[in-house]
Amino acid sequence: MSDLDIQIPTAFDPFADAKAEDSGAGSKEYVHIRIQQRNGRKSLTTVQGLKKEFSYNKILKDLKKEFCCNGTVVQDPELGQVIQLQGDQRKNVSTFLVQAGIVKKEHIKIHGF
Amino acid sequence: MADENQLDAKDEVAELAPFDPTKKKKKKKVTIQDTEDDSVDKLAEKTENLSVSEGLESTFAGLKKKKKKPVETSILNEDTGDAGEDLDDHAGEDDKGDGLVPEHRYPWEGSDRDYEYEELLGRVFNILRENNPELAGDRRRTVMRPPQVLREGTKKTVFVNFMDLCKTMHRQPDHVMTFLLAELGTSGSLDGQQRLVVKGRFAPKNFEGILRRYVNEYVICLGCKSPDTILSKENRLFFLRCEKCGSGRSVAPIKAGFVARVGRRNAGT
Repeated sequence: MSDLDIQIPTAFDPFADAKAEDSGAGSKEYVHIRIQQRNGRKSLTTVQGLKKEFSYNKILKDLKKEFCCNGTVVQDPELGQVIQLQGDQRKNVSTFLVQAGIVKKEHIKIHGF
Repeated sequence: MADENQLDAKDEVAELAPFDPTKKKKKKKVTIQDTEDDSVDKLAEKTENLSVSEGLESTFAGLKKKKKKPVETSILNEDTGDAGEDLDDHAGEDDKGDGLVPEHRYPWEGSDRDYEYEELLGRVFNILRENNPELAGDRRRTVMRPPQVLREGTKKTVFVNFMDLCKTMHRQPDHVMTFLLAELGTSGSLDGQQRLVVKGRFAPKNFEGILRRYVNEYVICLGCKSPDTILSKENRLFFLRCEKCGSGRSVAPIKAGFVARVGRRNAGT
């Protein structure tokens, strides 16, 4: 009996769910898609928070090809790598990321107006 | 000759000119008379109709009294959202109780059928509305005035009624400002008259969308949807507590995220 009593708490891992979700899709980690105004009516779209396993350069290449715009991968000291695209591509990027299966729709946050 | 011709022509014109209107006038008169006749006829018909309808009403005097009450209840019921069923109920009732007492408050009175859920629900809501209307669920929607936005120069935008909106939301202007600036991805500050000056060109619609998101995330209580909440900071974490229902939740801190460097770069440094 005493063995069982000890074993039950150890068998249950309260963080199992959280860990599983984290490895699955990044439960709390949102992908932020932002827009930034430049001079005139130009703007810039930034995609932040993609998972590190992905090859940013390959994603960027496809994004550029899809939306016919230029872009770069910027290395930020705090936030890691961030994709920058020219123009307001927020809608395009979110649909692309969802369709390619890179991120789930619930984990995308579109900022800006 | 030429003069005479001209005169003739003028005469003709003069003759022609008054000639036409008279014709038209005559026609008009005729038409007017016609319409008058018609209207008289119609009036006669109407009076006939009226008399007929009066006769009908007199025959169904008992029914009329009853009809009034169900209409009342249906008006009160409109939030429950099944007007069609109500109508059906009333029709059935009319068929059933022609010679019965006109004191019908509820559709089930005068018959010994079971109460239906919708009817009982309507009754509960009616009673609730009579006694204490603030609990009945038709809550007063808080109206926020649309943001007033001016352009300062070409590159700055002034949000005029920023303070008013902060007050209506019961939020610290600092908090709202950080959220707005983070979402817009620009910089800005409060000026002397407590207006928000934001760098960049923005339309009022943009501000409205962001404020809407702010209200959803930092003002509205998820439990009861009331905007009557208090945002408090407890050791670095923001908590939202509802004044209406007492529920609380934590809200995410505002993070500006990545802001790309825009504009001219200093070549030297």
